[in-house]
Amino acid sequence: MWEYAPAPEAPQTARLRPSYGMFVDGEFRDGTGERLKTVNPANEEVLAEVSVAGPADVDTAVAAARRAHESVWGPMPGRERAKYLFRIARLIAERSRELAVLESLDNGKPIRESRDVDIPLASAHFFYHAGWADKLEYAGFGPAPRPLGVAGQIVPWNFPLLMAAWKLAPALAAGNTCVLKPAETTPLTALVLAEICQQAELPPGVVNVLPGEGDTGAALVTHPGIDKIAFTGSTEVGKLIQRTVAGTGKRLTLELGGKAANIIFDDAPIDQAVEGIVNGIFFNQGHVCCAGSRLLVQESVHDEVLDKLKRRLTTLRVGDPLDKNTDVGAINSAAQLARITDLAKAGEAEGAHRWSPPCALPDRGFWFPPTVFTEVSQAHRIAREEIFGPVLSVLTFRTPDEAVAKANNTPYGLSAGIWTEKGSRILWMANRLRAGVVWANTFNRFDPTSPFGGYKESGFGREGGRHGLAAYLAGADDAPRGDNR
Amino acid sequence: MSTPATDTITAGDASLSRFLHGLPGVDQVGAEGRVAMLATRSIKTSAKAWALETAIRMVDLTTLEGADTPGKIRALAAKARQPDADDPTCPPVAAVCVYPDLVADAVRAVAGSDVAVASVATAFPSGRASLAVKLADVAEAVAAGADEIDMVIDRGAFLSGRYLDVHQEIVAVKQACGRAHLKVILETGELVTLDNVRRASWLALLAGGDFIKTSTGKVTPAATPPVALVMLEAVADFARATGQRRGVKLAGGIRTAKEAIRYLVMVKEVAGEEWLDPALFRFGASSLLNDLLLQRIKQRTGGYAGADYVTLD
Repeated sequence: MWEYAPAPEAPQTARLRPSYGMFVDGEFRDGTGERLKTVNPANEEVLAEVSVAGPADVDTAVAAARRAHESVWGPMPGRERAKYLFRIARLIAERSRELAVLESLDNGKPIRESRDVDIPLASAHFFYHAGWADKLEYAGFGPAPRPLGVAGQIVPWNFPLLMAAWKLAPALAAGNTCVLKPAETTPLTALVLAEICQQAELPPGVVNVLPGEGDTGAALVTHPGIDKIAFTGSTEVGKLIQRTVAGTGKRLTLELGGKAANIIFDDAPIDQAVEGIVNGIFFNQGHVCCAGSRLLVQESVHDEVLDKLKRRLTTLRVGDPLDKNTDVGAINSAAQLARITDLAKAGEAEGAHRWSPPCALPDRGFWFPPTVFTEVSQAHRIAREEIFGPVLSVLTFRTPDEAVAKANNTPYGLSAGIWTEKGSRILWMANRLRAGVVWANTFNRFDPTSPFGGYKESGFGREGGRHGLAAYLAGADDAPRGDNR
Repeated sequence: MSTPATDTITAGDASLSRFLHGLPGVDQVGAEGRVAMLATRSIKTSAKAWALETAIRMVDLTTLEGADTPGKIRALAAKARQPDADDPTCPPVAAVCVYPDLVADAVRAVAGSDVAVASVATAFPSGRASLAVKLADVAEAVAAGADEIDMVIDRGAFLSGRYLDVHQEIVAVKQACGRAHLKVILETGELVTLDNVRRASWLALLAGGDFIKTSTGKVTPAATPPVALVMLEAVADFARATGQRRGVKLAGGIRTAKEAIRYLVMVKEVAGEEWLDPALFRFGASSLLNDLLLQRIKQRTGGYAGADYVTLD
């Protein structure tokens, strides 16, 4: 009856260029690898050609980073480093509209999300860590904490700019220099961030950005000139990296997969819990390592919650990522779409009941409708494996003990959500959930002051907050956190 | 939610209290987050044109001043019948809303049009009078020809937990209304918490109110987005539980077309498309109408007209 008229952001705002170089030693140059094409997942059109770093480029970049660390960045007083970080934070904010549109083009996420979440948080991470740069002596890591040296950082495609900011900001604040590899399907905003580093007159070599695929990442991980590896991505690759760096003396932090339980008690604020379920699993098309992909709902309110959830899902707007009214955008790549499709099929084959709201998907591009599986048991693949897509598996529980047991019954341990109006139960649950982040009456909220990271196969080390600095300071323990019960 | 067996719930103070306190709580932070998200909806071109037209048809054009006179009411009614003096295609508003003693004047002034006459009653705005006085107030307005009665609940009784008193009073007023529609003003600015807003909404719906209304306009804050969200959820839940659709009226403090459109977005996405109808959703306002008209002129001509190109009242 009342249809919202299209309200798209203009793609030109992204100032897209036909080709992008890699960023080494303060300048953009061609890589020795075979150039890759990055596509818009919403329509499969090629956005730009991007240089790829080969092994020789990794050598050059690591050498530049080492030089910069020894000659400029390492010796520089923290208060001076802070100025650069503040400048980068401001430039991200100033160029936020361009970055938001570019992120949505390259990643497929709705502009509302890149505009309201990714870009402001990326800027916030630089602001926050700029504040630490001259206060490291008071961070609780001893009287004169020293940087590690050169950090090799590998980030995923789900939050391209934000993950780059999570990695770069603490490393730089602590006095390290960085070689960053963005994901092969989403290299563009990291390269604009490199341009911002130039604009901020960051000394050459302090930040280097090397686009490429897995082999570029492998070259970085195995490079002898690297002091620390920080990786965010799949558990499979994380394990490979951990095996590779074993015995090398390189420091390592891993932020890997998840299969978070979002736990709804019968005394929850139901309408807000429904919103939390939606934000938990359909935010960023479910391409979120801490997504609330397992809904654990108390059996007594199962029908009411599911009824409200389904009604709410019929109002989700799936489509053009650049439309300001879009809630759910495109799946990032054909490969990811195939994986989601495969797991959804497995869910059906194993006997779970599949439901999606009626929604027309565009003809071109990579799309998957918001999907809810009910009658799921702990044994189903869709309850155990990370789908990394807009697919929710619904399970039930009867008592708080059972909720804890089921929530913890996963090899992962990144995040969890608790919904109840009873404060004592929130604390009781939070003490028993083996997850790095526990949200109470909310989900998928991020802040640079709050440490983020996992238990078990979700990785180790923390990003953000005071704890996140430990990963980039010598002598500050960045071994696996938590007791990994 | 299972269908509430109204008679059992309202059989006594204890059962009514149990029911109202058994409703799911409202998380303030979550509710604010939801309305903030909905406020980002970008309503352009044809969608905006439809929204402006619809919002005009949803206005209860209101004057509730001690200084109101028959002349003021005639001017208000003329504006209600033809909001844009230069454009006969502009739809009339839903109703004029006046004090009971001016209902007769209002009825004469809107005669022959689709504009209804609404009257506040029940010792508006404080509601501090005996039931007998309140009922006489209602009876007088109805006798003078009011199509709609906007009553206030006894907030004192509500806040002290005497829910059954509030319920019985609404039932009595509803009876006194006869064929007139009853809007129940919760005065959410005095109820303060969203949990209270939800409980008062259900209380009014169970008692037979045709509409639940936020405010008198005499207390700040009046209509706010989180309050509107909770009330829209209440009528949607009530409709699912009972099959009966009841309306929501937001009153007080809504002055711009932009705010009005944001509320329509909320109506569409929270209660549902069915509520995008003057029979189920109203704005109680005075200055809002002129901003809607100015925006409507902008849609039609491409340029903004000055405030002197729309009429006072």
